[in-house]
Amino acid sequence: MNEPLHIFDRPNSYIGRSVPRPDARRLLEGRGKFVDDLQLPRMLHAAFLRSAHSHARIDGFDLDAARAMPGVVAIYTGKDFADHVTPYVGTLTHLAGLRSAPQMPMAMDVARWQGEPIAMVVAQSRAEAEDAVAMIDADLHPLDAACDTESALDADTPVIHEAFGSNLAWERLVEAGDVDAVFSRNDVTVIKRTFRFGRHTGVTLEPRASVVEYDPSENRLTYWYSGQAPHMMQAILAKHLDLPEENVRVVAHDVGGSFGIKIHTYGDDIATAVAAKLLKRPVKFVADRHESFVSDIHARDHVVTGRIAVTADGTIEALDFDDLTGIGPYSMYPRTSAIECNQVLNLTGAPYKLRNYRARGRVVFQNKNLMCQYRAVGHPIAMAVADGLVDEAAAAIGVDPAEIRRRNLVPDDTYPCVSASGMKFDDLSHEKTLDRLISEMRYDDLRADQATCREKGVYRGIGLVSMVEVANPSPMFYGIGGAPISAQDGATVRLDAGGALHVSSSITEQGQGTNTILAQIAAEVFGVDMDRVKVTTGDTDNVPYGGGTWASRGAGIGGEAMLLASKALKDQVLDVAGILLQSESESLDIRSGSVVDADSGAERISLRDLARTVYYRGNELPSDVKPELIATRHYRVTDFPFVFTNSAMAAHVEVDVESGFVRVLHFWAVEDCGRVINPQLVDEQIRGGVVQGIGGALYEECVYSEDGQLLNATMADYLVPMAGEMPDISVFHVETPTKTSVLGAKGAGEAGTGGAPAAVMNAVNDALRPLGASIFQMPMSPERILKALGKV
Amino acid sequence: MTQTQTISLTINGEAVTATVPVRSNLVDFLRNDLGLTGSHVGCEHGVCGACTLEVDGAMIRGCLMLAVQADGATVTTVEGLADSPRGQALRDAFHRRNALQCGYCTPGMLASALEYVEAGRPADRAAIREHISGNYCRCTGYQAVVDAICDLIGQGAKA
Ligand code: FES
Ligand code: FES
Repeated sequence: MNEPLHIFDRPNSYIGRSVPRPDARRLLEGRGKFVDDLQLPRMLHAAFLRSAHSHARIDGFDLDAARAMPGVVAIYTGKDFADHVTPYVGTLTHLAGLRSAPQMPMAMDVARWQGEPIAMVVAQSRAEAEDAVAMIDADLHPLDAACDTESALDADTPVIHEAFGSNLAWERLVEAGDVDAVFSRNDVTVIKRTFRFGRHTGVTLEPRASVVEYDPSENRLTYWYSGQAPHMMQAILAKHLDLPEENVRVVAHDVGGSFGIKIHTYGDDIATAVAAKLLKRPVKFVADRHESFVSDIHARDHVVTGRIAVTADGTIEALDFDDLTGIGPYSMYPRTSAIECNQVLNLTGAPYKLRNYRARGRVVFQNKNLMCQYRAVGHPIAMAVADGLVDEAAAAIGVDPAEIRRRNLVPDDTYPCVSASGMKFDDLSHEKTLDRLISEMRYDDLRADQATCREKGVYRGIGLVSMVEVANPSPMFYGIGGAPISAQDGATVRLDAGGALHVSSSITEQGQGTNTILAQIAAEVFGVDMDRVKVTTGDTDNVPYGGGTWASRGAGIGGEAMLLASKALKDQVLDVAGILLQSESESLDIRSGSVVDADSGAERISLRDLARTVYYRGNELPSDVKPELIATRHYRVTDFPFVFTNSAMAAHVEVDVESGFVRVLHFWAVEDCGRVINPQLVDEQIRGGVVQGIGGALYEECVYSEDGQLLNATMADYLVPMAGEMPDISVFHVETPTKTSVLGAKGAGEAGTGGAPAAVMNAVNDALRPLGASIFQMPMSPERILKALGKV
Repeated sequence: MTQTQTISLTINGEAVTATVPVRSNLVDFLRNDLGLTGSHVGCEHGVCGACTLEVDGAMIRGCLMLAVQADGATVTTVEGLADSPRGQALRDAFHRRNALQCGYCTPGMLASALEYVEAGRPADRAAIREHISGNYCRCTGYQAVVDAICDLIGQGAKA
């Protein structure tokens, strides 16, 4: 019998299959189109003079020598832009009380971090621009700096923005239940620890890059963008450069990694646009690696003191912590630098049944580079604090780490539910993912191996984490607070005269496979082979309006819009086919590029013939039939602020107690991101994310001197994970589709980075436990491990 | 400062004569003067490996070699490889394994991988990881790259 085909059970079945990315070939052949590859007629090149001090008054410039340098076309200092760009402030109204000072692309009176742009040279080549920058004589008067997070609020610390009276940017308290009552009970064990998370940064291999062209005849600005949110950038450029929004076009071709780094508003990029507008010529700016380190946003920089109360049987009774985070001298525009702290307050301990919860967050200004959202925003802190405390508590009461999680995880059959911090959860699977993890990693065997190794003086450790991950955000994330950031995305699907689909979407590609999954969805839902789907993304002139790719939202939101549009076009095409074929459209289907009889599968008309009839020989159609072979749909999440993902992860490490080196032997991740559209691409997102998380846990740190100089701003000094140190990573899936959409997909892009640091930290402490040592500071460098062991 | 010198070299099989600033490095010359933008620049100080390309049969850092030092040399970039059968099986393996995401490290990663495979070295994961440890990739986590190289060697196919 012919059962009606489910939307995911069709002949052109691509959803759920590891289809190779069609557009990867291009990149393998050196045919990528990255921003720095672009050469435009009359294009000029920008270079910046950046403050050498973390805090300095700008008393003036002598530009004569610089102006005399060969190739120089223009030199601008901060004040030269005062009439050409309006200041921006990184606050949002839903983060009540958040304050930040107005920022200009280049500092005008006071520079507030080492690396802040203060002057700009535009020249015939980048080399000539840099030559001239070196000849600028800047009169900078160093000021006392406030660099340290922990003393930022002390009375004798210099206040960075005088009008504020202190360096406090934001604070928030979340309270549920009666925490104090629990901690005063005498039947609970209380564990208190202080966690330190150093600053690290994105180190996208392609640095930030902009090419901007201004055409005065149409008052039109085109911005070639290496970033994630073209429509947001369009709104920002229009607003601050006083252009009609529709006259700004933002184009993102290939993007060489972004991870949140390239989604923010950077002074040097805005200055490049201003210069292009003033000079009426294209201007290119590409950050060099040093500039990337001192000006790409940094991440983390938290000190968290937390305590947990557990009963003798391992029930978590209460969690209480205080998070202090340093964000640099401004809150980043337009997403703000308070979101990470907010996530920590919202998510810490969220996988666990927890009624008594208190989380206090304070966000402070410092004279360091800006801190803002980078992959897994807040999650590495939230997960390391909660699961770090859970493991310490388990050790204190003699319960196995896997067992204490089982006793406390929110059961899989209790959804929907609301966490102590007020997060609405549904369709999560903490128990299933943990069970799968324990069996896949052969937990008991690893414990046995651990015991054998210890007898030989080899210290191995096993670390677990159970986590939630924010995905598919609704307008409650940014839009509600006044940011020009769309939480909805659109998709357009058009049948061309050859019977192929042209699809476009407002989500963007940075290598995760966005274009591929969009084609998979369109091909399957509409009914053509995937090679007949052509995808356009990353161009505000040519795609529907939408938010872009960030916060693990591309597949879940942009994918759903594509599903809806493809389904709509299919219905429209079948209506036309019904008329042409004089059949009920319900009796027809589209499969492999043809309209077929739904029952027998027999071809009735090819899409090519159908489209040619409509486009070329409309005379064959009744005149009251007005075929539309294009459909657009938009989608946003409505019933939840976020659609959460969950996973369970584990790290297996070996600590060399003589050298302090940690080797990650293996890593496992069991991820539940709902419907998996392309398993290979999801697995690779998890793996790449895990490696970034391991980087933050073990190697990566922006090391500052006390007076705010970044000391390791080269790739030789800042350690990133390389292949030799990285383990193989086993990835498994539990699939609990979200009920908020037909597609059922949730995000997977950030889970690895959010969970790996906690798993690695717990593994290191598990290894060190028999030696009576422990470490709660990231990165866990050899030196810090030796300190923890009392050896240095 | 703007001193120049004329050099002649063979790039992807084509004879090229050009006058270059003596301070220009090879990768900038290839990218900016010849439009060979397949080679990438990630650090300009010899650490990231994005600029790795072949000069006279050796894989080198295009940012650490001056263009004038390549006078008389034979240079092969990712574009040259793509135009030849050489490396095709490797590119196929990278594609199948999704050993690239953003693709920015890919030209350099392919060059290093090709060096390993053409040297006839074994499908030994640790040795492969060691060999490509001069090529930074922020996206993949490296495992897929190792898988791709292993696949190729395992098949006994030529790169
Ligand atoms: S650009 Fe040459 S090694 Fe990084
Ligand atoms: S694929 Fe993006 S850096 Fe390697």
